[in-house]
Parts: sequence; structure tokens; C-alpha cells
Amino acid sequence: MKVKRLAAALFLVLAMMVNIVGCGGGDNAAKDAGGDKEKIFVFARSGDASGLDPINVTDGESLYVTQQIFDTLLEYADDSTDLQPGLATEWESAKDGKEWTLKLREGVKFHDGTPFNAEAVKFNFDRWRDEKHPNHQGDFSYYTYMFGGFPGIIQDVAAVDEYTVKFVLTQPQAPFLANLAMATFGISSPEAVKQHGEDYFKNPVGTGPFKFVKWEKDQQVVVEKNAAYWGEKAKVDKIVFRTIPDNSARLMELQSGTIDGMIGLNPDDVETIKNDANLQLLMRPSMNVGYLAMNTEKDFLKEQKIRQAINHAVNKQALIDAFYAGLAKPAKNPMPPSLWGYNDEVKGYEYDPAKAKALLAEAGYPDGFETTLWAMPVARPYMPQPKEIAQAIQQDLAKVGITTKIVTYDWQTYIEKGENAEHDLYLFGWTGDNGDPDNFLYVLLDKSNTVKGSAGNVAFYKNDRVSSLLVDAQKESDQSKRDKLYKDAQVLINEDAPWVPLVHSTPPIAAKKSISGWLPHATGTECFVGVDKAE
Amino acid sequence: MTRYIIKRLIGLIPVIIGVSIIAFLLIHLIPGDPARAILGERATEQALNSLREQLGLNDPLHVQYGRFMGQILQGDFGRSVITNSPVIEEFAARFPATLELSVAAMLIAVVVGILAGVISAVRQYSVFDNVSMVGALIGVSLPIFWLGLMMQWLFAFKLGLLDASARLSVGISLDPITNFYVLDSLITGNWAALKDTLRHLVMPSFALATIPMAIIARMTRSSMLEVLKQDYIRTARAKGLKNNTVIFKHALKNAFLPILTVMGLQFGTLMGGAVLTETIFSWPGIGRLMYEAIMQRDFPVVQNGILIISLIFVFINLIVDILYSFVDPRIRLE
Repeated sequence: MKVKRLAAALFLVLAMMVNIVGCGGGDNAAKDAGGDKEKIFVFARSGDASGLDPINVTDGESLYVTQQIFDTLLEYADDSTDLQPGLATEWESAKDGKEWTLKLREGVKFHDGTPFNAEAVKFNFDRWRDEKHPNHQGDFSYYTYMFGGFPGIIQDVAAVDEYTVKFVLTQPQAPFLANLAMATFGISSPEAVKQHGEDYFKNPVGTGPFKFVKWEKDQQVVVEKNAAYWGEKAKVDKIVFRTIPDNSARLMELQSGTIDGMIGLNPDDVETIKNDANLQLLMRPSMNVGYLAMNTEKDFLKEQKIRQAINHAVNKQALIDAFYAGLAKPAKNPMPPSLWGYNDEVKGYEYDPAKAKALLAEAGYPDGFETTLWAMPVARPYMPQPKEIAQAIQQDLAKVGITTKIVTYDWQTYIEKGENAEHDLYLFGWTGDNGDPDNFLYVLLDKSNTVKGSAGNVAFYKNDRVSSLLVDAQKESDQSKRDKLYKDAQVLINEDAPWVPLVHSTPPIAAKKSISGWLPHATGTECFVGVDKAE
Repeated sequence: MTRYIIKRLIGLIPVIIGVSIIAFLLIHLIPGDPARAILGERATEQALNSLREQLGLNDPLHVQYGRFMGQILQGDFGRSVITNSPVIEEFAARFPATLELSVAAMLIAVVVGILAGVISAVRQYSVFDNVSMVGALIGVSLPIFWLGLMMQWLFAFKLGLLDASARLSVGISLDPITNFYVLDSLITGNWAALKDTLRHLVMPSFALATIPMAIIARMTRSSMLEVLKQDYIRTARAKGLKNNTVIFKHALKNAFLPILTVMGLQFGTLMGGAVLTETIFSWPGIGRLMYEAIMQRDFPVVQNGILIISLIFVFINLIVDILYSFVDPRIRLE
């Protein structure tokens, strides 16, 4: 009777399981245990952090956590990419922008109790930029992206005195300060880095408003309030970052009340949230641009009038309604409006097929022409359904007589062929890093970035006047002067029309109504120091 | 027996070599440059070169394969390019979650599946038989992502009986000893954690159990039907044995061999991590690890992960084969 006994035993276990669970009734175990009046903000996203050492991660999942634990030398304002003091309180440049001297905040301590000072800043930068540094463990990708390799343009970092640090650059870099504000350049405790070595990514120690508590892989990361924080102190006691991969399952947890806020919504669910009295919808200001680049080296697309005609032919609002669930703004400039330097005076090209036809006729092609339209094979926030978007643009262009064939390749090949100028019309996009206009205009439209094989400027747009404005802006350290230079550049770019700027998408965020003080930032992550939860 | 096991272990070598070649070649099957595929479109030439160097992509294929196997034979399964931690550690961290879920799911599948199969066979063509066999068909056909979401909607959102995702609620603490949360909470006598663990475990394990449950039920039914027609069953009944004794001791035991095979195969599959179930229910197991590694193009994790999962699978099959001799003494393992 072994089998029978076994079966009986198994059945009993099963019955017990059901019984115990049944006893739970409708109450929520989380609430039972959290009864000691701790204020916990539970935030969910689709993936776990890949690491908690901010310099060695590039994904939002990780940076969201590190942003709470670490401070940067400069910070972005809550609602723009304007710069404001962080761990550094004052800064000045010398020698045409080749030297920067930063005054540091005094009396700040890392979470492990060690002091924050110029030596600590020097240690961090030396670790990042010097491949021979004993703690240079990891790939330091963002350092290479923003400062151009190891050691890149930062030639030397010197601790002048306890609270003064001096950077010597090999060449001026206008967005230098904006780079320093990026979450990835959070300042770590040198002692903790030395102590944990290769495992530092699991044991982060910074100076931020929250301290690291624990990280359970694929489940949760927990941080707690830093009561000794130098700035405005956090309003919640703890933040739990949960990983819930499925968008629908995550929304269901929000509706059930087991989480307080989430990112990563299906566009279709936006209505659900608007209709739920317990939930609120927040919008992240855009830091991206989706565009249709026109290869200005190709036959028809050489002609400015034809490029302007294509601009008039594309119905951007229809794209936004059909493919972005309305969660985007039509673009007229190559950079998003949340950045300083954005020129709102530029009129752009309104949707007007008749005008497009007239321009084509003026250019000598009253019956249009044939060309190819390249569609990205992968979805990006600025281009959620590239093939469908390409089809819609194809139809728009057909209305003015331009016949297009849609072409696509796998992602690597698509990029390589684009960098090689093999395309005609090319769907693409860009998400900004540091909130500096240079990060859009210079990277995407300067003539120096048209080298075949590695071009970032896939319109292969070469305008000497634009280029000299962009290069002047790089050398200038006065932000108001730079602002003017970028605004002028946008006017010229608009006239030349190397792109059809399509959209700036605004990712939606959902939270309980009881959550306040959550200010989504254009850079993609924000500090939760001001977040509060009404009970 | 020992000789049999040794022979089987030797027989595994070609299988493992085959799997290792496929896993190894994966990185070379993607179009373009693997280093760029891993690091993404914004990587600098410097970063690309150092990754190529790190992964040894500049060497000829056979040299790369030799190195790959050499490291594995020394127990070195490489490091994740995303987190930089050893692949084996990443696996070890997720394995208990997958094992706990698989065991719970198999428990449900075996108990429900065998009972349903036996009753269906004994009462062939009855209402119960028809209903449970149609149910089994539906169970095999239901997509888990749909079933999982519906269960979450009903039991977590509408009724609030169970928890929709993760292994523990926020705010419940449990000291990890074995990382099997049911065991840990029993060992430490932490009843709040036990209750919470079970509330989280029930839905994913039922969702995961549907397919094996259905397969086991159908296999039990057909195997039992065949055995129940045998002469020795008639003899047993003629001896005047109780019906239950005939069914469970004489019939089920003899019908058990094909059922055991199916159970082994299903369990092996579950151990590889159930990607869909683990994703819908945010279960931090091996399926999730593999899914995320693929999405992030973390090739060392994908390559070595495939190898580790295949090893687990073949060893479970080996164990099942050994179990045959216990279930059916006629089988001599020589």
C-alpha cells in the first residue's frame, strides 16, 4: 500500500496548504506586518537592477535605485535640465574652459560615516578614468560615452584643499557640468569601494537621501531614509523597488494596492488609470526625439525643397494618435522642449499636402518620385511600432505623389548601413543623456559626425554655419550665450530640413492617488526624496 | 546497478558535447558583431575591443571552443557581462525559487493528475471521465500568460485571497537558510512568513501544474485502461480482494511505469525554469534569469545557462531510469 499511503500523505499536504491559505481570508499580509507605522513607498518596474554601482550601469532600472543612494556634484532642477548645486556648491572655469574648479559642500558624510571631501571626489574620478587604478573594476561605459574613453578628456583631477577640487581637461567641453549632474556620476565612498572591491556593485555607499539596505535578486531592492542627510530629508522611511516583469500583472498589483507606483504601462491601459478614482497618471517630460532622417547625399533628397515638401506631407498628430496612444508631442525641432536652448519660435512645417505638392512642383518633380523608406526593426520609446509608423508615413507620402518602398534589416545591420549612408529615408531616434542641447544637436546634426561607418548624423547634413554655431557653443561656458547659439542653429536647421522631426514621446507613470511629491524628470530617473504617502 | 549508472554517465558524454557545441555556437549565430550586440549601439571602439578580448572573440572558432570547454571542465562557467558576477552564482541564487515552484507544481500535478486518471479509467465513459478528459485537453491548450492573468485578476484583485506576484510580501521578513521559503519558515517557526509564502506559491504552482497535470491524467488513464484488462486483475478480483486494493496495489503499480516516465520528463522541463509563469508571477527563478539574459544579450549567462539546464535535465532522466527498477522489479539495470 505504499502508493496509497504516499498519495494520502500528498493529499494531506495539499489540503493543509489550501487550509492555511484559506485562513488568510481577505486581509493583506503586507499590511499586518507593516503595522509599526513605517511609511514604505513600493515602486515597481519591469526589470531588476543590473548593479548598484552607478558608474557601471546604463539601464534605468539600476539608475532609479542608485539615484536615491548617491548624490552628484551638480544636480538637475526638479522640472528642467537647468543645473543647480549638489555636492558642489560653486564652480568656475578658467583657461577657456580647460579648467574647472569646484567648491564642495562641507560637513557631508557618506553612509558609512567617512567624510566627503576633495580626496573622495578625486578617488572617484581616478577610479573611473584610469584603467590601471586598482579599483577600476567594470566597464565604466557612461564614462567613455561622455568623456571619450580612458582617461578621455579629463587629464587631471586635483584636490586643491579639503573642499576644493580642480579638473584639468585636454580640451574645453561645454556640457562638462551637465555631464557631472548625470545620475551615473554619483560619488561613492572610497572606503566602501576599496573594502568591497569587485562586489561593490552589491554594497553601494553614497551620501544620498536614502541608504542601501538589501538587494534580493529579481525580487526587491530596499533603501531606507538617511536621517543624517545634508539636504531636505526624505518623507518616507523606506522605498522598496520591486520587479514585476509583466505590464498587465504590474498594473493589477497597483489596482489591488500592493504597490504604490509603477513605470512601464501598456498604452491601452492609460484609459484604465484615468478612469480609476484611486489612481493618478503622471507624465515624464520627454528627453527624446523620433525622426525621419533624409540622406542629403542622395539624388532627390539633396534638394531642400523636396525635403521641405516631405516635411509638409507627414501627418505627425495622426501618428501620435494611432501609435503613441496620444502620449507624445509633435516635434518641430531636433531636441525636446524640456531642454534649455529649445527654440519655440521655430514654426516647423505644418501638415499640408497641397503645399507639399506645390514644393515638389517647384523643385521640378510635379509627379513625385520613387525612393526607399527604412524602418527600424526594434521598438523604442520614441518609436513604439516602427513598421506601422513607416506604413503610415508611406501612405502620407503617396498622397503627394512620392512612392516609397519600405526596407528593414536586423538592428545591427540597420545601424551599420545607416552609418554608411546606404539609405534614403531613415527612421531613427535619440534619447538624451545629460540634458544639454549639445547632446542632441552636435551629436545628431554636426558635419563632423558624418564620417561614413560611424556617423551619428544619419542625414549626412553638412552646413558650415550650423557647425560653427555648434562648435562655438561647445567652447562657450556662459549658459545664456550658449542658449542663444543653439536657438540660432535650430532656425537654420529648420530651414534646411534635413529631418522630419516626428515626435517627442512622454512615457506615462501610474501611482496611487495617495502618493504626492513624485516629480518625473526628463532624464528618465528622479530622486524620491520629496515623495510622500498619505495613509 | 553501479555498472549501469557508470555506463549511463559515460553515455551522457556525447549528449553533453552536442549541447555544448550548440550553446557555444549561439553567440556566433546572431548577425553582426557579438561585441556590438552585447554593448549596444552607443559603445565605443575601445569598449568593443576590450569585450572582444575578454570573450576571446578574436581567436579561431576551435580555439574558442577548446577554451570554453576547458573552463567548464574546471568548473568555471564564466561571468555575466552585465553584472560581472559568476554565472554559477547567478544560477545558485535562483535555483531554490525554481525548485520550490517546480516541486509544488509537480505535487499538484501528480496528486490531481493520477487521481483523475485512475477514476477516469475505472469509470470509463462516465460523466467524470468525459469531464476530466476534456478538462485535461483544455489544461494542455490554455496559454499560461492568459490563465495566469485571469487567476491574478480573480484571486488577487477581486477576491484578495492570494498574492499575485513575488515570493513574499513587502514587509514580511524571513531569514534565508535553505532559500526554500516553505522550509525556511517551517524551520524558523515563522508562521506569518509560512502563510505569506503559501499565499504567493499557490497561484503560480497551479498555473504551472496545468500542463503536467493534464498530461499525467491522460497517461494514467490510458495506462490504467490497458492494465485493467489484464488477466491478473481478473484473478485478483476473483480472489475477492477489495476494489481499492485491486486498483491501487495491483493495477496502478503496474501501470505506473509510463506515468513515471512522463513525470520525469515534465519535472525536467519545469526545472529548466518556466519562463512564462515566472514572468507573469514575478517569480525570481531560472526561467526569468534566462529570459533577462537573452533580452540583455548576456551571452555568457545564456550559453552556460543552456548547458546547466541541459545537465539538470539529463540527470533527472537518469534518476527516473534508475527509479524504474524500484517500481518494476522485472527491470534489471545492467
